[in-house]
Amino acid sequence: MIMALFDKFEQLANTRQAMEEKCSDFFNIVMEDISSATEAVVNGQKVILAGTNNYLGLTFNEECIRASCLAAEKEGTGTTGSRMANGTFSGHVALEHELSDFFGRGQTIIFSTGYVANLAILSTIVGPGEVILLDADCHASIYDGCRLGGAEVIRFRHNDAGDLEKRLQRLEKRNTNVLIVVEGLYSMMGDRAPLADIVSLKKKYGAYLVVDEAHSLGVLGQNGRGLAEEAGVEDSVDFVIGTFSKSLGAIGGFCSSNHPELNLMRYASRPYVFTASSSPSTIASTRTALRVMRAKPELKHQLWHNANLLYSRLHGLDFNVGPEASPIIAVQYTNVKDALVIWNGLLELGIYVNMVLPPATPDGGALLRCSLSAAHTTAQIEKIGDAFASLTGNQG
Amino acid sequence: MPKNEEVLQQIVDILKPKVSKDGLEVTAELDLVNDLGLDSLKVMEILEDLEDTFDISIPINILPGIRTVGDLVVKIQKLTEDK
Repeated sequence: MIMALFDKFEQLANTRQAMEEKCSDFFNIVMEDISSATEAVVNGQKVILAGTNNYLGLTFNEECIRASCLAAEKEGTGTTGSRMANGTFSGHVALEHELSDFFGRGQTIIFSTGYVANLAILSTIVGPGEVILLDADCHASIYDGCRLGGAEVIRFRHNDAGDLEKRLQRLEKRNTNVLIVVEGLYSMMGDRAPLADIVSLKKKYGAYLVVDEAHSLGVLGQNGRGLAEEAGVEDSVDFVIGTFSKSLGAIGGFCSSNHPELNLMRYASRPYVFTASSSPSTIASTRTALRVMRAKPELKHQLWHNANLLYSRLHGLDFNVGPEASPIIAVQYTNVKDALVIWNGLLELGIYVNMVLPPATPDGGALLRCSLSAAHTTAQIEKIGDAFASLTGNQG
Repeated sequence: MPKNEEVLQQIVDILKPKVSKDGLEVTAELDLVNDLGLDSLKVMEILEDLEDTFDISIPINILPGIRTVGDLVVKIQKLTEDK
């Protein structure tokens, strides 16, 4: 007998049902009223937002909001078309130039989301007969971009340069193009890629290198250009990919490179060609946010101050956090039920953090993932720490 | 180059500790997901163990074509030959 259309989702439905019985709030988080970069009302209750990737707190920056409103009034609410057709406005081109200037690279292409940026570049830049070597903990958009293209895709163990080299050695006799893909800051645990080691291998084996700086733009490097800047290896990174939906407080993505051929992706990449371009208001707020980020390095300093404060507190309370402080602070649980209890307790105490469940977690456990913002006040950070502290007795 | 039976035995040795169903004999015909109950994370762990054991890199593109232990044997044998 043929299986019914939705039978294959039975296990998913059962898992969801079981979760809902234990913690109904998990599937019903709606931000009912957002009053600032760090505060919202969820289920009628005022909460501190500690899981939004809003690293520099620019979603409520007055200049960004004003630029966004003006652009909507002047150019309308949407472009109603692809960049290839009627969807290239002067703002899109200007933002590409401004990002090229910021990164000191020859060209930049912007995309409608960070997800689309990875889809567009990774599905197109390598093809059949060529190979992508990606860190096992890379984001789903990187995996999906790889899957959409025709290249062979091989994982290496997370942040393990030795494992990467083994795979590069095995590929040597294939004599083909190899593209290594890593992230600046890994989104779940907030750890950095060992970029200097990876660059050495890239050079030794003649490979190309993509660094996704989605979580490290505005967060790492003296000028906020990400891990490549912090590690002093920008010249050896072929393609920088990133997003506007974190430090820049909007939505969109980009790829910057010194390879002039990057511009050919505008014609070869289906996710670029067949997507409507970003709205004028989004482009305007992103351009303003980029200017603000460049002009105000103190935002990054405040972010790190906040991150260090919470990390020290949680570490001192014996929560199972990562080995080093980062604006992404993830508390690890081997048991999903334990994580649910703490997550629920935090919400009741007016703290929202992300709960991350398998398979999105690196080792099959659950994570309570905090992401800090420059906009958090010290009092808010203390309140987040106090809430965790009051729940230590509930840890498994 | 190892024979298919040797490859099967090595794969069975790697799979056994990952299978949560007590007393189940792992054979070539069994489905990795439906019979052995392996989830995507376990499959990835198994791939890493296989890569170490056979000193190969396994492209994840091959995964959609693998349903049974026997399918895995055929792919590993092929990748070992191509080394």
